[in-house]
Amino acid sequence: MSLLDHTLEELHTMLVNKETTAEKIMTAVYARISETEDKVGSFITLTEEEALFKAREMDEAGIDPENILSGLPIGIKDNIVTEGTLTTAASRMLEDFIPVYNATVTEKVTEAGMISVGKLNMDEFAMGGSTENSYFKLTRNPWDLSKVPGGSSGGSAAAVAAGQVPVSLGTDTGGSIREPAAFTGVVGMKPTYGRVSRFGLIAFGSSLDQIGPFTRNVKDNAIALNAISGHDPKDSMSYAKETPDFTKGITDGVKGMKIAVPKEYLEDGLQAGVKEAVLKAIETYKELGAIIETVSLPHSKYGIAAYYIISSSEASSNLQRFDGVRYGYRAKDVESLEELYVKTRTEGFGPEVKRRIMLGTFSLSSGFYDAHFKQAAKARTLIRQDFENVFKEYDLILGPTTTTTAYGIGEQVDDPIAMYLSDILTVPVNLAGVPAISIPCGFSEGMPVGLQLIGNHFDEQTIYRAAYAFEQATEFHKARPNL
Amino acid sequence: MTVTEKDIRHVAKLAKLEIPDDEIKKFTEQMDKIIEMVEQLSELDTENVPVMTHGMETYSVMREDKAIPGTDREKLFENVKTEKDGLIKVPAIMDNSEGDA
Repeated sequence: MSLLDHTLEELHTMLVNKETTAEKIMTAVYARISETEDKVGSFITLTEEEALFKAREMDEAGIDPENILSGLPIGIKDNIVTEGTLTTAASRMLEDFIPVYNATVTEKVTEAGMISVGKLNMDEFAMGGSTENSYFKLTRNPWDLSKVPGGSSGGSAAAVAAGQVPVSLGTDTGGSIREPAAFTGVVGMKPTYGRVSRFGLIAFGSSLDQIGPFTRNVKDNAIALNAISGHDPKDSMSYAKETPDFTKGITDGVKGMKIAVPKEYLEDGLQAGVKEAVLKAIETYKELGAIIETVSLPHSKYGIAAYYIISSSEASSNLQRFDGVRYGYRAKDVESLEELYVKTRTEGFGPEVKRRIMLGTFSLSSGFYDAHFKQAAKARTLIRQDFENVFKEYDLILGPTTTTTAYGIGEQVDDPIAMYLSDILTVPVNLAGVPAISIPCGFSEGMPVGLQLIGNHFDEQTIYRAAYAFEQATEFHKARPNL
Repeated sequence: MTVTEKDIRHVAKLAKLEIPDDEIKKFTEQMDKIIEMVEQLSELDTENVPVMTHGMETYSVMREDKAIPGTDREKLFENVKTEKDGLIKVPAIMDNSEGDA
């Protein structure tokens, strides 16, 4: 058994009992990376020397017995700024950008004693569902190297699935944590909007963006979320009330828990193997004592349209800052400031980012604002109300995370619409601002299937409790890809 | 066809992007399909429905009116490509034939 097969709690106990050291764990991480990275390609930047130095420092200072994450490795998505370490958001626009400050989550994981292993690949500016939109490289699915790992946090998911790191951070604007978690058979949590500070996250859709953890099991995930949550004066949308301990009550089970299954989530278009795995998961929950009932989220079908208008509008505004003046890529041989802006942006952004900026600019432009942006913002209210109505009577909503398992590299890259439609089960969650997790619930033709559990605002605890109960009753999370 | 090549060129100008002539046809077709897809929202009756423009209920966030140090100016200049006398040097804003970048 490799060091990296242990849970965070086991690693912590081993560190405290001096059965291992932070340096040994970090060395095992890099050994695993050098074994697998050529195939998987999770990372844009690796910071081996610095990580090993910090691990030795940590060993000398002594592991904090009260702090479960002390001395443990973590990977960070490359749209989260890390002081002194290249942060690109997988864009040519930021190919040489070295941040001069840390994101709040970077500070928080560092304070918890975690050591960054490197920066993880993603779709450029988090726009995409396959990580094929990265300017730098492809990331491959550890379960089948001809398939995509999902996206946009594809590197974060693949690194955990390949056993390169026990924890990684990703971001989720319309499914970018849950979809890759489902595609690679790991646990990925998108917390409630406002739970985790967005300060230092390179903004995409500001009213939708959330940072969350990837892990191999549910309890590790709750432990990681504990470390990154909390109010931050630097993010005016961050939640001011106290953060609960997400591991509390995690073993309480689901007996009597009322779980809603939206009929819209099991309709046509679902791959047979995905449907089968989710129906089996429903049976498991029934056996565990949960009360499962079918409900309706009638405005679900408008989620994609509303999401693409809102997220692209916000992105078109957020990405105005990339103009070649203060940081990042700057076009050469220009004669005027206007030409500098246009040439820098035309050369610095990839095709998908341009499509989103164009859609957003269009939706906000004179003559289209009411029909596009305003109508989408109203649809968003209806979608949120759908969730609120269900949560009046139910503790949790259950369904598949994605309609299919991971598809082949290159299959959807020229068809933006097909790519957008594959977000149908994840975007309503971001529009409503509620939390949701994806956990492994089976396999379809050898590829992992994800089960999505959606909770009420700020009720991640119920999600973790239900996810943990399922994990204890099944073996899916123990399966490992053959790399 | 909802949008034309002319529309796309106009929006690109607003977004400060350039779509090369040999890509404009494909780009317009893709954008047209995307816009057609998002416009299915028009079938939704939203009369009297309020807009939701934030991720959660919003309120004005206040802080104590106290000066706190910002990011160090020199640090902020670390990512600047061209600097002169503590300022960022850029090409001419208006063409007065004196610009040099």
